[in-house]
Formats: sequence, C-alpha cells, structure tokens
Amino acid sequence: MADLTTDFLGIKSPNPFWLASAPPTDKEYNVRRAFEAGWGGVVWKTLGSEGPPVVNVNGPRYGAIHGADRRLLGLNNIELITDRSLETNLEEMTRVKKDYPDHALIASIMVPCEEAAWKAILPRVMETGCDGIELNFGCPHGMAERGMGSAVGQVPEYIQMVTEWCKKYYDKPVIVKLTPNITDVRFPARAAKAGGADAVSLINTINSITSVNLDAMSPEPMIDGKGTHGGYCGPAVKPIAMNMVAEIARDAETRGLPISGIGGITTWRDAAEFMVLGAGNVQVCTAAMTYGFKIVQEMISGMSQWMDEQGYTSTSDFIGKAVPNVTDWQYLNLNHITKARIDQDACIKCGRCYAACEDTSHQAISMTEDRVFDVKDDECVACNLCVNVCPVENCITMEVLQPGAMDERTGKVVEADYANWTTHPNNPSSTAAE
Amino acid sequence: MSSKQFEDGITAGRLDAKALDANFSDLHPAYDAHEALVAADRCYFCHDAPCQVACPTSIDIPLFIRQIATGTAESAARTILEDNILGGMCARVCPTETLCEEVCVRETAEGKPVEIGRLQRFATDTLMASGTHPFSRAASTGKKVAVVGAGPAGLACAHRLAMHGHDAVIFEARAKGGGLNEFGIAAYKSTNDFAQAEVDWLLKIGGIEIRYSSGLGDGISLDSLQADFDAVFLGMGLGGVNALRLDGEDKDGVMPATSFIEELRQATDLTGMSIGRRVVVVGGGMTAIDAGAQAKLLGAQDVTIVYRRGQEAMAASEFEQDLAAQKGVRIIHNATPIGIEGNGSLTGVRFAYTETQNGKLVTLEDGFTLPADQLFTAIGQSLTGAPDALDTAGGKITVGDTGQTSVAGVWAGGDCASGGDDLTVTAVAEGRDAAMNIHATLMGEA
Repeated sequence: MADLTTDFLGIKSPNPFWLASAPPTDKEYNVRRAFEAGWGGVVWKTLGSEGPPVVNVNGPRYGAIHGADRRLLGLNNIELITDRSLETNLEEMTRVKKDYPDHALIASIMVPCEEAAWKAILPRVMETGCDGIELNFGCPHGMAERGMGSAVGQVPEYIQMVTEWCKKYYDKPVIVKLTPNITDVRFPARAAKAGGADAVSLINTINSITSVNLDAMSPEPMIDGKGTHGGYCGPAVKPIAMNMVAEIARDAETRGLPISGIGGITTWRDAAEFMVLGAGNVQVCTAAMTYGFKIVQEMISGMSQWMDEQGYTSTSDFIGKAVPNVTDWQYLNLNHITKARIDQDACIKCGRCYAACEDTSHQAISMTEDRVFDVKDDECVACNLCVNVCPVENCITMEVLQPGAMDERTGKVVEADYANWTTHPNNPSSTAAE
Repeated sequence: MSSKQFEDGITAGRLDAKALDANFSDLHPAYDAHEALVAADRCYFCHDAPCQVACPTSIDIPLFIRQIATGTAESAARTILEDNILGGMCARVCPTETLCEEVCVRETAEGKPVEIGRLQRFATDTLMASGTHPFSRAASTGKKVAVVGAGPAGLACAHRLAMHGHDAVIFEARAKGGGLNEFGIAAYKSTNDFAQAEVDWLLKIGGIEIRYSSGLGDGISLDSLQADFDAVFLGMGLGGVNALRLDGEDKDGVMPATSFIEELRQATDLTGMSIGRRVVVVGGGMTAIDAGAQAKLLGAQDVTIVYRRGQEAMAASEFEQDLAAQKGVRIIHNATPIGIEGNGSLTGVRFAYTETQNGKLVTLEDGFTLPADQLFTAIGQSLTGAPDALDTAGGKITVGDTGQTSVAGVWAGGDCASGGDDLTVTAVAEGRDAAMNIHATLMGEA
C-alpha cells in the first residue's frame, strides 16, 4: 500500500486528507473523532477575537441541492465562525494537539482588519502548539458585513497587509484562504504571496441562494419568512474550485506557491484531481457532513490503490503533474480532429444522443426505424455532447483521425503538424510567418 | 394452520381471516412519494421512447415520469389519462413485462426496467385521491350514442364521447359496471374496490348514463338502439366460456375459471369463499393463472395448472407463470384432459400427454390422473349474443382500424371485436379510437 504521508509546508500528516475549517471541526469532541477515523489533519473552526463570541441564527443554517435519490450535490450555509469562546477553543486545541502530535492541526483565524487584533490573538494561538494558521478571508456571509472574511479577501491590498502582520507576529506557516467571490483569483493569490504567505487554500464557499420556497416566497434556508445568501459548497462547486487552483498553479507570479485544495472533494479521485492540478493536500467538509467521517477510509484506500497501480510511491510524485497540460484555448491544437463513435453492442437505444444532436447541435447522428444510431462524419464537429448525454459509459467515444485521413466534414486531409489559433489564417492578429 | 387445510371436498375457511388478508393484499403495493421519486429518476427520457410505442394506448411515458420526478404527479396523471382514461386500472393489471417495461432501455442495459406500471399508479392514485376529474365536456352536440357494455372499451368510448360533447348511454347487462376490471381480474391486482371507484370517478365528467341489467336481448336490440341513437358502440366482451366437451363436465366441482374469479372478486368475506383441497385448472392464459394462484391463496393444498402445449406457447406472461409458481402452484405442460372422474362429485381428472408433430398437436397414449375435488376450465371465452346483422370472423365482430363494423353507424371494440390482444389497455385504446371516429362521423368530419 502506497505511503500517503504528506509534507505540506513542513507540516507532516499521515495522509493528505484534512478536514476544512467548518462545522465538523468546531469542537474537541468532533476533532478527536475525526483523527480516530483517520483524517490526516484538521483546520479548526475559525476563531474570532477575545470577548463575547458571535451568535448564530436559531433557525435552519443549511440549504441544499439534491440529485437523483436525494444525493446531496450542493450545500449552502449561513453559519458564522465559532460561537464558542476563544478560551475554550484554545484549551481544546492544546489538548488535542498534545494527544495527536503526528496529525496536522491548523488554527483558522478571523479578527478585525487591525494590526492590534492580529497581534493580540497570534501569541495565544502559538501557545496551543498547533502547526500553523489559516487566515479566513473567504467567509461570504455575516462576517463580511462586519469588514472581515470575504470583505478582506476581495481586496488584494488588505490580503497582503494582514498576511504581513501575521508573518510578523507568528513563526509557523501562514496559509491564506481565498474567496472565490472575485473575478480573477490570481490577484488575491499574488497578494498573499507578496505578503509572505506560505501557502494559499481555496476555495472558500460561493455566494449563493440554493432554492426558493415558492409558497413562502423566500430563499431557503428560511428564517422567519426571510432568507439570505449563504456559502455554497459540495460536489457542485468542484469544477469552479479546480479551475481556480489550476489558475494559481500555472500563473507565472504564483507558480510554486503551495496550495491546499478545497471545494466539493468527496472521493479519493476528487482529491487526486485537485492534487495533480497543483494542490499539495486537500481539505474536505461537505462530504464529511453528508456521510460522516468514515469516508476518509475510502479516500485512503482509493488513493493508495491508484498510486500503487501508477507506480507512485509518494504524493509528491504526482502533485502538480497535470499543471503543464492546463493551457489557454488559443494554444489548443486545431489539427487534432476527432469523430464520435457509437458502440452498437453497448448502445441501449435510448436515443438521447440523437435528440441532443438533432435538436441542439449539428444534426450529425442518424436514426433508423429500428433505432440504430450512427454518426454522420460529414456533420460531426466532435463536440462531445453525445458522449456526455449517453447514459452508458464508454458507449460513445471519440476516435482520433490520424494524419492523412480525410475529415469528411471539411473535406480536408488531417495534418500531422500542431497548429493553433495564434497562427490560424482566420485570426486577424495571427502571428504566422508569411 | 387450520385443520380445514386437509379436509377433502370443497369447503370454506381453509385459512383464517388474517392469512387471507395477507394473501389477497396488493400484488404491487403503491409507492410512497420518495419511492416514486427514486423510481422516476431512473427514466432516461428516451427520444421517441420504445415504451410509448409499446403501449397500446400510446401514453407519453417519458413525459409523465418526468412530471413525477419534478413533483407534479397530478400533471403526470393528466398526461396518462389523456390517452388512457382507465390509466389507474391499467397501472395495476397491464402485463407491463410484455409491453412498456419489456422494451425499456433500462431493461436492455441492466435487466431491470423503470417500473412504469407502479409509477403510473402513483400518478393516477395521487390525482384520484384529490377527488378531482381533470377533463371537462365540450359544448353539447345534441348527439346521443348508445354504448353496449360498461367494461373498459365501453367506458373509454363513452368518456371520450362525453368529452366531445355527445351524450352517451351505456347499456350494461350486469348490475355493476367495470366489466372484467370488476369481475375478471385476480383480487390481489385490484384491491379496495378500485374498479368501482374508478368507474365513479370516470363518470364525473358528466354526460354518461349507465343503465344496469340491460344488455342486448334484455328488451334491447341493435335495431332499437340504432333507431333511438345517432350511433352505437358495442363493447360487451366475450360472454361465453369454451367447454372441455368431456362427459362429466356437469359434475359438482367443475366450473369455468371465470365464474370462480368473479365469485371471489364479489365476495365481501373471503372466509366464506369455498375452495377444494385439490384443485386442477385447465388452460394456459391469464385466467388460468388468476384462478390457480387464487385457489392456492384461498388455502387449497394442491393446485395444478395443466396446459396442453409447451411453456413457450402459454398466453400468460412469464411473470404471471412465475407468480403462480411462487404461490405454490404446479404447472404441467403438454397434457390435455380426456376424462372427468367421480360419482356425482368430482374426484379426479384424467390427462393424456400431447406432442406437436408437424405443427399439429397430437394426443399420446400415455397419461396420468390428478385427484381433484375442484376443476376450473380456462380454455377461452367466446362471443355470445352478437347481433346477426354484423359480420364476424374467428368468433369476433369484424371491425376496421377505428372500430367500424360491417353495419354503418355501428362500431365495436374490446374483446368482442377483431384485432388486438384481449387486454384492458387494448380495449381502452379501441374504445377511445372508435369514439374519435364516431365523433368525426357524427360531426361530418370523417
């Protein structure tokens, strides 16, 4: 079985699966259960300044999007940072870290955007013995209105400033947690790096209204007839999160900056995908909230099996391995030509490929009276929609036309050479040599 | 277990009320709301869906399942009922395993179709429970149509006529409507008096009058109907039963399976329903299965269905055969009855083995005798009382594509008419389509 031990910023953990700062990590009781269940690390629920803690709503905090059989696809929440006293949390963290020295324990912090506030809390956190801190610049609801959370994360200058304070008053690794509620995630990531951050973690939750109660005419979760936007998470946000991770991993200014990947990670495969896109480890929340802590067992066994099959002996063997293959559209090879192929033996004759192609695409699939579906090569642009709507995996695949073959749609012979938009004759700013 | 279990002869109360209740509960229990959502989620919403093509009434199955999946079961019911006004009963009694579910692409993919019948029941039950009727009548046309028979064909025809503004008068020979839905289906397929509830609900559209105990011959003739009405639809089913043509068929204990099924369906207290200790059923269709399975469920010790051809030739679906076998019924193939034994009362039935030689069924020398105190015959029903003026062929009234008979102004559909399987769903389709043709004819649009 492959060794999953992970070194992230010098913080060792038995595996790369950490629990994100969130409801599951709010108390000693939960965190101990998490470590016993096998989680490699925990980012404790965000701490606030000393004094009366924040209060949460007393009605429902979560809203959800369901798929087939009420599978939870997306969750949103309007919970705030920890509503227990700073003292209690610090005492519990100290005890837990003492009992689990080989597991990662990170303190998440959100205090007002004033140097004094950070200067006050950081030594207290240091005393717990935890392995590092994560700056919560992402929480999109409740705290942002008070000038914290995503209100900081949306202003790169603030990110840099606060990160600098933390590096000044705290010796261990500083991770900056980024909000996705911005237009270009590279700017806050660059600011974090400029401020001296040891790593960024992303994504925090996305501003969202998950559903509307059509009887009460109010967003859900509904509190006394009203609702508010909450932070969206779960499997539905994974594609957005992975793009943001990849953008930071391949940006010239932030390349090499360690990343802790977060966003809808539910299985070992999700985790592996984030890691090959540049995440040094991953953080999980919604999947644990949906199924309990036990899911980490599948993540551990699944990633181990995959690593063994691939011949990877350490997570560092594959972290970032897909980053060189994330490129811009203009560099995609326009001479790479494929056609859809339908495996007639696997086809169950539902006709969804036909409906999709005929109604919404290129009229490139034929249908006979006895329901045989075939691809018309002279119409097929290889859009992949039929592949995606087919309910049978691998029934429809894309065949690559080899150089020298005829593309019946264009009437042109497939060329072996790589050629992209930057050199295409239709491109007004083509850079092709005349 | 009651000691009556081992008592020879035909007697009631072989099982106690509790056991009978369990035995005759719903064959396919209704889905609850969550189960319906899970089942609906399995539908792929196929293009030009094979299930819809396979349905004799062409219900838009993908659409109604999507309507269930999106929380609008009432809309789903409307989709179903627009094509099949007896969608509630069909959801219960259709041999879906040989119709829509047989061709479901999930059956192709996984050997487990979307449970279309149960989903249909969920939708129609939801609507009917609300007590509403989703259709209303068009403005009155002043036309009157006589419908003979309040079975599936007649009801579907009358309802469609009523929708188009015609007045329909149904002449029903029995004291109750529903036809085979009421009298001819295994009790566990239609519990809680559903057939009557469905008739009552169907009549809510208005414009339909049912005159009970007045079939053809009860002072009513085709001539009189033609004289009094603008059109006539015949949907009286098959009133006769085929006989074995053996000596001793009149012995106590020998009766048509249809009579047994009817008596059982009409029984208010099953503990009073008599059944033999050893029961033999002759036949290979749904009637044989319904009789055999229910005999077993009433507490008969040994029940044997004997069919003269091979298993593959049985008209009952494989699902139905398995159902009977699962209840403990034995099915013997390739044997035909040749003698009825007993002095006064039945004691046994003699059979000879059969074989198909050059496409012809041949009775062999070898055979066997099954001890029996009750024999149900289920070798087919026959047309009785069809007006002489009508052309018939193969024991059915000859009709065209939309139910026209050889006599102008007279239409026919359901089991009494040629074409199609003898199924509730087919009868509904034929009644509905005949109504559309009657409407077009009466309005001068045909």
